[in-house]
Amino acid sequence: MANNTNHQARRVALKWMHSVGLFLAMMVLCVPGLWIVLNSFRPTVEIMAKPPVWIPNDLNLDHYRAMFGGIGEGSVPVLTYFTNSLIISVTSTVIAILIGMAGGYAFARYKFKFKGGIFVGLMVTRAVPGVALSLPLFILFARIGIIDTHIGMILAYVAMNVPFTVWLIDGFFRQVPPELAEAAEIDGCTRWQAFWRVEFPVARSGVASAGIFAFLTSWNEYALASQLTRSTTSKTMPVGLLDFTSEFTLNWGGMCALAVLMIIPALILTFLVQKHLIAGLTFGGVKG
Amino acid sequence: MAQVHLRDVVKKYGVLEVVHSINLDIADGEFVVLVGPSGCGKSTTLRMIAGLEAISGGDVRIGDTVVNDLPPRERNISMVFQNYALYPHMSVRENLGFSLKISKRPQEEIDKAVDEAAEILSLTPLLDRKPGALSGGQRQRVAMGRAIVRHPEVFLFDEPLSNLDAKLRTQMRVEIKKLHQKLKSTIVYVTHDQVEAMTLADRIVIMRDGHIEQVGTPLDVFENPVNTFVGTFIGSPPMNLLDGTVKNGNIQFADGSTITAPPGYDLSDGQAVTFGVRADNIMPVGHALPRGEHIAEVELEVNLTEPLGTETLLFATLAGAEVQAKMLNPRPVQAGERLTFQVMLDRCHLFDAETGVALKV
Repeated sequence: MANNTNHQARRVALKWMHSVGLFLAMMVLCVPGLWIVLNSFRPTVEIMAKPPVWIPNDLNLDHYRAMFGGIGEGSVPVLTYFTNSLIISVTSTVIAILIGMAGGYAFARYKFKFKGGIFVGLMVTRAVPGVALSLPLFILFARIGIIDTHIGMILAYVAMNVPFTVWLIDGFFRQVPPELAEAAEIDGCTRWQAFWRVEFPVARSGVASAGIFAFLTSWNEYALASQLTRSTTSKTMPVGLLDFTSEFTLNWGGMCALAVLMIIPALILTFLVQKHLIAGLTFGGVKG
Repeated sequence: MAQVHLRDVVKKYGVLEVVHSINLDIADGEFVVLVGPSGCGKSTTLRMIAGLEAISGGDVRIGDTVVNDLPPRERNISMVFQNYALYPHMSVRENLGFSLKISKRPQEEIDKAVDEAAEILSLTPLLDRKPGALSGGQRQRVAMGRAIVRHPEVFLFDEPLSNLDAKLRTQMRVEIKKLHQKLKSTIVYVTHDQVEAMTLADRIVIMRDGHIEQVGTPLDVFENPVNTFVGTFIGSPPMNLLDGTVKNGNIQFADGSTITAPPGYDLSDGQAVTFGVRADNIMPVGHALPRGEHIAEVELEVNLTEPLGTETLLFATLAGAEVQAKMLNPRPVQAGERLTFQVMLDRCHLFDAETGVALKV
């Protein structure tokens, strides 16, 4: 009996420790984000206050108004940056996904010479930190004249994302049994139809996750963009954040407001695609 | 409906030849089972008929057309896969109707065909479910339904029952046979299970190492195996094989014991042979009516018994080798007990000791 009570007590204690651990982890993850959102609505005085003011006294939209207002301190060409970011991220994501699907499918389905080597080679490119490439890229882009253009940024991000999308999509296509495409071909599909009507829908959760990751990478990237963009023609939002620093002041509130603006599309996209992120669609079609 | 003809069909992967120039003619409406141990080339042969594997040599004809270079969709076949290969993102109804939808048939026609197939396979209550929500047997039926909706010329089955548990397998076996009787279509069926082959086939094709060993009706291959491989592969338990030499009309085994040679063989003294006898033809005296006129009696010690209800398998030592015998109308037998067995010589087989080829003329 005593033994039983002992185990019961241990279970309760473990449950509590679990909850506390989870709470701490969630704090670490969420507080910075919440702090940014909160600060974007607070006057600079309150943001800078020491000791920090945890519970805000005064919430207003001043930073947003200033940011969009286009005059005076804190005004930044926000909409231009937003458009730049959107064009560059969406285009590079679409291209990276198309290449990733073609490449991932090839790696998952076909045998060819040097397959292992090529795959490792693709992965190795991911091992090089992006910043290390910024100088060579800068020189290269300057020579061919695509510094500070959308094309240049799109190229850089496609190159950055393709190895990753190939790797991720390859993994998902590997889970789709080849018999599905064979069954489709016997059912009257061409090779192409079999891919689009059967294999792609089954693996689309993988394609969707690759898409989100590629989009977020380009959307949030700073190091390369800060080198390869010069002006409002191609500056993206992360680079735009620097506009809030001047020689003597740092406009924290404005920066936070722009950061919130950056977070929103990413959040919306994640919510839209999240149902596809739940993998496991492939189970059931074949013996599980 | 159509015949299928294989003429000198070869399959090579690079330099490795896995199917060696096989010939086979399958009649219209015939149920042919390709059977053999794994790696014997039976699935590869089926996939060549389906168009999923390129044919390295020879011709495959379906009906009057050589289909070697036709893609699967133009061969008018349908196939049931071992793992069912149902489309997981479609409901049962969409799975069944997929092939008709691809060929752009009108919706009413698709609905009618799907309902008909669902009726035949009792899938009607499941039509709106996704494959993930079905049991193994139900998935198997959907896979068959997908195959019959299109009324193809030839049905191909690639080990369709091997993922099911034993009970369901027996049940589905009967359903497949009924389906064949109803549709009267040409079926090529691949399995490694000789029981499935025996029960389903009009004709069995036994394959080994990329060669066809024997083609015949189930009873024919059971009663007249052309070599020791077929003898041991078909029938359960496998045929007992004992090596010996011919001496004065008897077979003398390695340990010196002898048994009368089966009748009807043309034997010469000193010839090395393999003596083959099935468990059904070694029975303890008084436990079944002896079959045939030529009976030899041997006394053997029983080492082990396997009671199966209607019969008991007895493991005994004959000429230094373990043989399996059968006891109908079983009574309990203790290990170590010595019993007199009758060997029905008319049903025994002799094979060449070296090549394993049957000696019967």
